[in-house]
Amino acid sequence: MAGKLAQLRSVDPSQYIVYVGFVLILIGFSIVLRDDGFLTTRNLLNIVQQTTPVTIMAVGMVFVLTAGEIDLSIGPIVAVSALLASLVLRESFWPLGAAVGLLAGAAIGAVNGVLVAYVRLPSFLVTLATMGFLSGVARWITDLQSVPITNDTFNAIFGAGSLFGVPSLLIWTVAIVLVGHFFYHETRYGAHVHAIGDSAHSARAVGIKVDRVRFSVMVLSGVAAGLAGLLYAGRLHGARYTLGETDLLTVIAAVIVGGTRLNGGVGTIFGALIGSLLMGLLNNGLILMGLSVSEQLMVRGLIILAAIALTLREARR
Amino acid sequence: MSAAAAVPASAPPVLGLHNIRKEFGGVVAIEDFSLDVRAGEVVALVGDNGAGKSTLIKIICGVYPPTAGRILIDGGDVRFSDPSESQARGIQVVYQDLALAERQPVYMNLFLGREATTGPFRRLDRKRMIRESEELVHGLDVRIPSARSTIRDLSGGQRQGVAIARATHWASKLVLMDEPTAALGVAETQKVEKIIRGLRERNLAVLVISHSLDQVFRISDRICVLRRGVQVGVRNTRETTNNEIVSMITGLQ
Repeated sequence: MAGKLAQLRSVDPSQYIVYVGFVLILIGFSIVLRDDGFLTTRNLLNIVQQTTPVTIMAVGMVFVLTAGEIDLSIGPIVAVSALLASLVLRESFWPLGAAVGLLAGAAIGAVNGVLVAYVRLPSFLVTLATMGFLSGVARWITDLQSVPITNDTFNAIFGAGSLFGVPSLLIWTVAIVLVGHFFYHETRYGAHVHAIGDSAHSARAVGIKVDRVRFSVMVLSGVAAGLAGLLYAGRLHGARYTLGETDLLTVIAAVIVGGTRLNGGVGTIFGALIGSLLMGLLNNGLILMGLSVSEQLMVRGLIILAAIALTLREARR
Repeated sequence: MSAAAAVPASAPPVLGLHNIRKEFGGVVAIEDFSLDVRAGEVVALVGDNGAGKSTLIKIICGVYPPTAGRILIDGGDVRFSDPSESQARGIQVVYQDLALAERQPVYMNLFLGREATTGPFRRLDRKRMIRESEELVHGLDVRIPSARSTIRDLSGGQRQGVAIARATHWASKLVLMDEPTAALGVAETQKVEKIIRGLRERNLAVLVISHSLDQVFRISDRICVLRRGVQVGVRNTRETTNNEIVSMITGLQ
């Protein structure tokens, strides 16, 4: 009995706020936009598909933040991976293009990882620098030109295709979230990610290979951003240096609102998914409400600020 | 102690330190330290602040490599390059700062680095870890609300209990304790001393740092004094006096 009570008291409200917020905003938009086709299966499915790249990067970011690090370079990783993949796709089979996109993400993540885990530089500064560098690379690769993708198989798998009537982007979302959740919550690896973000010193003292785990989360985030790049490229039938440019804020907002702590040790993958859908919902609803782009940006910024303030206020004790 | 007597006199000591020296960038922290600790024996390591006690513990468990000297476990030379290697040999440490992950539950802390898994996908076996944790802490009379409690929600004494429970659970040879009762009240200190006696009965070797000489006389079989990085002597607890130890610590007659 006492145990049960203690358990109830130890429930952290910040982990659940996102679900309440999600439902409230869903209801709010459903009422305000009831004549604008907001609450249709098609529109809702559309939201899920549009947020797929953000959701996948959010899954990677949950690992990174939980490990006590941050990855600011995901935006340009998206662009670089998408551009490299689409260049390869001009000449070659789709699996090679996809592999190059993912490998590019992994390689950039590995560079971040080496600098953070082994050279022991702060991830905030390392990825700030790689972000800047890669934004240049993304512009330089094709000299600001966009690259079209005409490979239908690629565009179906990473874009508008479907399997047994289920849109492929929905499959990607579900698959990555489930796999991410499994590794994050159900494996020793996930436990070690939590431990090193909680206290790297304590983790080292009990024999956890702190450097290796740190390196791995940076690679993971790079691969996630690479996959996000492929998904953008598949949906848009091409790549451009602007892909992913504004996603960093959205991803971090989704993850934090979802209940993952910025200072490490605590997080949830499902929360990040709901946080990401919440961002997509806002985006979609504000457009349907007929707000101009500048108004959308301002309203979205304020709502994200309010959500983060609420989440973190509850989290502080 | 009867358990100690069960070990043949010819068995090599669990821990042997021979002429250990440690320098940090030219500054000598430990200068020529030698000590044996046998199974079923509690050895207290005493000395003033800065004498090098904590450094010595960190050298034994593999946090720092010694600059010179030999470390023997069961008579064989070892060279641990990180704590996981000493753990693999059955050595556990209760660090002064406890080395707990504060935002994780008690059971994850008890199994940190050695999580139990189940099934073909090697999923974390939380049920088993929680069950074993409850047994473990109850067995040691550590009172916590639940094995699911987060460390941050526990009192200082409870945290200390968790750190000690972890070390005693995983140790199969040697337990190193760095001031295990420094932050505790009277009742909690008694519990910890009981746990240390329990370790001796399990025939483990224990090396404990303590600032309380009363405590040292209560729990130890031998007392080793460290002064400014030098081992100035080892005494059988029953054959020495408080005054002798104090003068060895301070260097004054």
